[in-house]
Amino acid sequence: MEVTQDTEERIVEPGPAGFHPPSAAELGVLPPKSGFGLRFGHEVQEELAMEEMARSMLTRKNATIFPGPLVLWNWNDHAADKAKAVLELAAQLPEVMIIPMPDYRPKYPKIEPEEMINPNHPNLTIWGNKIEACIFIGVHCHYANLTLKMIRAGTNCWTSAICAEQGHEDAMFTVRDSDAVKIRRIAQVFKRVREEMGIQVPENGENVRFTGLQSQVHGGKSHTNPLDIPLGGPGGANAEAFGHRPEDMKREG
Amino acid sequence: MSLNYVEFTPGFDRWMPKEYRDMVHHGPFGKKTSVSQVGTFKEILEEHPMCAGCAMTLFIRLAMIAFPNPEDTITVGTAGCGRLAISQAAIPFVYGNYGDQNGVASGLTRGLKLRFGDKPKDVVVMAGDGGMADIGFAQTLHSWFRKEKFTTIMLDNEVYGNTGGQESGMTNKGQVLKMAPVGKKFEKMDMLGMAKVAGCAYVATVVPNNPRRVESVIKKAVLIAREVGPTYIQAYTSCNIEYAIPTDKVMEDAKDVENDRYKFSEYLSDDARQCLGELYGYKEYLPKPEKTLAKS
Repeated sequence: MEVTQDTEERIVEPGPAGFHPPSAAELGVLPPKSGFGLRFGHEVQEELAMEEMARSMLTRKNATIFPGPLVLWNWNDHAADKAKAVLELAAQLPEVMIIPMPDYRPKYPKIEPEEMINPNHPNLTIWGNKIEACIFIGVHCHYANLTLKMIRAGTNCWTSAICAEQGHEDAMFTVRDSDAVKIRRIAQVFKRVREEMGIQVPENGENVRFTGLQSQVHGGKSHTNPLDIPLGGPGGANAEAFGHRPEDMKREG
Repeated sequence: MSLNYVEFTPGFDRWMPKEYRDMVHHGPFGKKTSVSQVGTFKEILEEHPMCAGCAMTLFIRLAMIAFPNPEDTITVGTAGCGRLAISQAAIPFVYGNYGDQNGVASGLTRGLKLRFGDKPKDVVVMAGDGGMADIGFAQTLHSWFRKEKFTTIMLDNEVYGNTGGQESGMTNKGQVLKMAPVGKKFEKMDMLGMAKVAGCAYVATVVPNNPRRVESVIKKAVLIAREVGPTYIQAYTSCNIEYAIPTDKVMEDAKDVENDRYKFSEYLSDDARQCLGELYGYKEYLPKPEKTLAKS
């Protein structure tokens, strides 16, 4: 693995940047060109951006994936496939948490930070769980932009954005045009980086850690296997209906 | 029709908050729910930040139960108390800048028609009397004149409740309010009359203390708007704060007002009657069979 020496001056720095910091666009950062990603505001080969995402998620405390509505809801076959790819990505990150952003409606009088993140006050979930690295995926761009700015303003969380469109300049790391195929490629990069760092995933595959509240909901269970996708079930989405066979759901490597 | 889009993608169930799991497994999407079944299903609107005893919230809650296809309904609103509750519901909400809600709904309705064709996608505007009869008056009337196919519901609390009690066009003549200390100088606007003149296919007044009637009115209005043209419902939803109505007297007040100046009324155009009778099985609107001539 190439050891990247971070010698260039960072444009988009981890926060907390304070109240109302200038946006990355104001600092001159543009979305990356096709085939490239962003690393602290600099355009780099997207493979490098993916590696940096992996390092931040593997080394910083309470790393969390924030899946958004585009992968949480069963819009179509592609959304289901993309969601499965996200779970494959999660399977490469020991002790990672998954906290959903199911929609963007305002939540009053409060949200429960151990069970969801809301784009209008994402800092509550970051602070509440002491999250120091995160990945946004499947969040509509206008709300991802809002959320990423607020996180950079008020928290020390390192942000990554895996975007289906043009990428997000306000994230510390971003890649663009991320369909299910590319998300699986990112998962492979994560796997390679993890192995190079000598970090193991548990043998039983239960590497995703529940938050306290999620654990209570699941009878005190502390971890889960992200690739343990049920086939069918009352009222739920049916994996079998989307062509996912049991052998497809086995952990890679 | 597939309703996969109101279910979770495979594998993510276990991380979804209970509220969402309940909505997917016990919500009204894809089912026919009724106000008489309240308590047996997860409602679209539950938590909200409105004042205790707010009649408007009760009405909004009942209206959302009554939507014929909640999974394919988009609400549009504007500034005012109502949007605080409407925006927290589990169906999409579009916030129009003050007064342009009927303009936004016009564009939205046309866009949905282009995108989804004949698949029902209902647009329902819910806004206060100030947003609709004062600031948004022109856009409201013009959407009716243009025969835009969506439902407009006025949440009429007869005051600007959200900003401290100024009079609106829908306030009654002579009414003294905190920010109208000498009393209102002119009559309450006749929005019902204007709706009929402008060509609304269905016009009704309702108060929230009769849930079945609210349900009936909302269902008819949405179905007629889907097929025929604009529909308008004017709902009395008192502001118990600005009118100093004790919380436990809110429904009593609604009943009194209904008996006094807000009597139930319903107007249907001929096309609307035909639509309900022939397309949606409302027997009372089917043409009556001709009486057989008595034998001479």
